[in-house]
Amino acid sequence: MSYLYAAYLATWLIHGTYLFILARKYSKLRREMESLKK
Amino acid sequence: MTFVSITAATLAKDIRLEWRSKDAINAMLFFSLLVVVIFSFAFDPTAEESRRIAGGLVWVAFLFAAIVALNQTWARELRNQVLDAYRVSPAPTNPLFLAKAFGNFIFVSILEALMIPLFIAFYKLRALGPAWELAPIALLGTWALVVNGTFFAAISLRTRSREIMLPLLLFPISIPALLGMVNATTAVLTGEASARFWIALLLAYDVVFTIACLLLFETVLEAE
Amino acid sequence: MKRGMSILAVVTALLLSFALYEALIGAPTEQTMGNVQRIFYYHVPSAWTAFLLFLVNFVASVLFLIRRDTKADILALVTAEVGVVFCTVVLVTGPIWARPVWGIWWTWDLRLTLTLVLWLIYVSYLVLRQFSTSSQTPVLAAVLAIFGALDVPLVYFSIWFFRTQHPAPVIGSGGSLEPRMAHVLLINWAAFLCLAWLVGWTRYRLEVAKREVDEAQALESLLESPR
Repeated sequence: MSYLYAAYLATWLIHGTYLFILARKYSKLRREMESLKK
Repeated sequence: MTFVSITAATLAKDIRLEWRSKDAINAMLFFSLLVVVIFSFAFDPTAEESRRIAGGLVWVAFLFAAIVALNQTWARELRNQVLDAYRVSPAPTNPLFLAKAFGNFIFVSILEALMIPLFIAFYKLRALGPAWELAPIALLGTWALVVNGTFFAAISLRTRSREIMLPLLLFPISIPALLGMVNATTAVLTGEASARFWIALLLAYDVVFTIACLLLFETVLEAE
Repeated sequence: MKRGMSILAVVTALLLSFALYEALIGAPTEQTMGNVQRIFYYHVPSAWTAFLLFLVNFVASVLFLIRRDTKADILALVTAEVGVVFCTVVLVTGPIWARPVWGIWWTWDLRLTLTLVLWLIYVSYLVLRQFSTSSQTPVLAAVLAIFGALDVPLVYFSIWFFRTQHPAPVIGSGGSLEPRMAHVLLINWAAFLCLAWLVGWTRYRLEVAKREVDEAQALESLLESPR
């Protein structure tokens, strides 16, 4: 049933989006740490 | 000075000050009127239908009017560094909170008193259930909005977009109270169900949050 | 610390894969709803995980107000964020389930509605944290979290009674649960709990690092004397 797959896909998309946001925060933090070390 | 006398004095001062600068009051009164008229244009039901939806409409209208009043709760205190003074002094802060909450309660009640006859006229409202129950519903419902509204107005003081922060914080927490107000009013207007449960819920809501506000106001004030 | 996290990551990945298999293939097909019912194995554990996270948020917020321990504050922030993510999953999978089964996208189902209100409350919590310019934002946020938590039983009862007057479809297994299905449900819950723990832990470390960097930056700008 396509609804079933849609639900499972949506779940992973939502979790994936949050992890993506975290990854972006992490790279921003890394950059800031680099500029501080200078 | 006792707790009660400080609260009363602060409240009296606020009322005096508001009465002197009548423009704010007049603007809000006119705004309330506008809200009723706009709603009447937007929702134009038959007398039968109106009894079912009037509960919701009336309280949403009250909510909008209340937000306008609540947003300026602490404006004067902020302007005159009164809150800093409270933070520094050992004076109890709860009388200040209660005075503000009561002041807002009185003011919002005045707005409601103005809007109700208009709603009755525009929607040809007539209560089929026990109409006297509308009094406790109005009292408890208004207090529910005002007590948390005054509190969240204080939390919102140091935020960007302060005016939008207040409703943003207030609305989700007020959902059970809103359900209570609206359903109780509808129950009384349609006479189809008892409003008892909803009135009890509103009472529980009011008790819980009044206590919470009184316990945590000092914390919030010191945190600004 | 890092080793513990790696182990958790592996366990999480394994559990999630196994749980997924069980949900899609291992679990028996439900009689009335068919395969769509399998959404249940993602919808319900996500709800339970979100509620648990919000409970932890409440405890952390109270602890913070009492002890003013930064760790409690960070825990509160993390559980709110991850809780909102899981809540979103519940709110999305719920309607996707309701549509084929009941023909409607939304229903005032008790759990779904409660989840919606919790989502609203905690999103407003996150907005406050984001928009507050006070130096004492953690205190204000903790107070808001407590108010939110106090609200929950009131929300529950108001929706419960509302439903008795406006009966609506129930999104859920309905009656009793076949033991095999309960088994799969619990496996999925365990998997999602591990996911929540892993993501939360990651976010926690990220926040600790972020605060250290912020402090260092503030110190640096303070020390830079104007020439």
